[in-house]
Amino acid sequence: MTDQTVISAKDLSLTFETNDGPVHALQDVTLDINKGDFVSFIGPSGCGKTTFLRVMADLEKPTAGEITVNGVSAEEARKARAYGYVFQHAGLYPWRTIGGNIRLPLEIMGVSKAEQDASVQEVLELVHLDGFEKKFPWQLSGGMQQRASIARALAFHADILLMDEPFGALDEIVRDHLNEQLLELWARTNKTIGFVTHSIPEAVYLSTKIVVMSPRPGRITDVIESTLPKERPLDIRDSEEFIKIAHRVRDGLRAGHEDDA
Amino acid sequence: MGAVWYRIGPIITVVIAIFVLWYAGAVALNTPWAYDKAKRAGVELTTSQLIADTMSQKKPKLPPPHQVGAEIWKTTGAMVVRGKAFSKRSLIYHSWITLSSTLLGFVLGTGLGVALAVGIVYNRTMDMSIMPWVIASQTIPILAIAPMIIVVLNAIGISGLLPKAVISMYLSFFPVVVGMVKGLRSPDHMQLDQMKTWSATGNQEFWKLRLPSSMPYFFTSLKIAMAASLVGAIVGELPTGAVAGLGARLLGGSYYGQTIQIWSALLTAAALAAALVGLIGLMQNIVLKRMGMVR
Repeated sequence: MTDQTVISAKDLSLTFETNDGPVHALQDVTLDINKGDFVSFIGPSGCGKTTFLRVMADLEKPTAGEITVNGVSAEEARKARAYGYVFQHAGLYPWRTIGGNIRLPLEIMGVSKAEQDASVQEVLELVHLDGFEKKFPWQLSGGMQQRASIARALAFHADILLMDEPFGALDEIVRDHLNEQLLELWARTNKTIGFVTHSIPEAVYLSTKIVVMSPRPGRITDVIESTLPKERPLDIRDSEEFIKIAHRVRDGLRAGHEDDA
Repeated sequence: MGAVWYRIGPIITVVIAIFVLWYAGAVALNTPWAYDKAKRAGVELTTSQLIADTMSQKKPKLPPPHQVGAEIWKTTGAMVVRGKAFSKRSLIYHSWITLSSTLLGFVLGTGLGVALAVGIVYNRTMDMSIMPWVIASQTIPILAIAPMIIVVLNAIGISGLLPKAVISMYLSFFPVVVGMVKGLRSPDHMQLDQMKTWSATGNQEFWKLRLPSSMPYFFTSLKIAMAASLVGAIVGELPTGAVAGLGARLLGGSYYGQTIQIWSALLTAAALAAALVGLIGLMQNIVLKRMGMVR
């Protein structure tokens, strides 16, 4: 653990007690995430990637091990509003405009009206939704709604952005576009991002660090430091370097499955 | 033209069918009395004479629509024309009596229902303890409990509007409790987790998420509550000695075999209920449209 470590998990385990016996969602997971990292968590269903993200967000309590966020416990970090969380579904309130939705966390946090206005304008511009402040969610496409939900997570200027399959429900073309925009946003804001995904190309394209996980029990099988440059046009996905990393991710996923059998 | 017919065609068809059945029923049910009268007078009735008689008896078993319509006009419109809209013989006066206790009971019932629902959603003890009683309360026949409420409240010096409104409240809080519990619980896990990520307080979660989410359920409950409240007000008027109100008109009519009076009170009550429920429906449309919850 260094000064640059933002999130640190040590021997983290989480077991859900169910009617069919205990489910080991996470077992002995150890990982450090540094400031400014873009970390993707990839693995098949049930590998605990979402659970891991939720533990960071203090939406689940680990049954063993330790986790610190910004040097304090996950709960304290949550209460200090250390992170913005983007869910798989945009979950915008239909009775609020886009601006009103972005304002929601700010209202809850008691930010002054003038600051709210400034923040809303700033984050709308970051996700390229300027001018949509007064529109209602149903007037926007699925991709635009998800961008609005990212704007909402950014609105209160947390340094950490946790994203749980934010583009999982969108089609390939919209997804590519949003991936590109997300990288641009990350470069501009220098946030630390935790990103859960099913998609190998998405993980490789976005990340500085790829965490490959496998199920039953949920654990980390490989951590890949990306050698791709920070500047990434979409066609980098055809480069040899990219394909090499994607290959290693796929190997990691397959290894996890072999253990399983 | 086609579009208009598409909308009102089915309604008109049903209304016509009701009138046909109603007239047929009136003829069938009033025929024995017509024969009785003819027999005593020693005359034979032709079919057209028979039908004419069934349409114009003083105390028919089933009064035909035009007799009821005439009675309603006589006790509403005609009285307004004569400037006696609020005389004791006017249905407007009786409707107003019933309406006032319906509305008071509805407001009380809605308030009680929402308060209980909030308690049930936020308090586990209340959830476990109150709900069975709420359901049990509705299994008691209101006709049995209404006189007791009137008597008990009278004994402690409360009479007039309030006892009737209490009966309305007793019937109308139930759909509001059930609807609002469901409505306040309608936000999904993701929405509640989201609130948690912002460290929202329970209060903020209620006002910003749970309450707005419950609005569609709220209005649906209100419609049922309003209809139930009107029934409660009418039932509440029965044991008060048939003084005033649509319930009193029903009871008075049945004492003296005034079927036309009963039916006109009945239809007025139905029209009142339809108007009140329609009004809530209108509010529902406006509010939910403004909230973006219907397109």
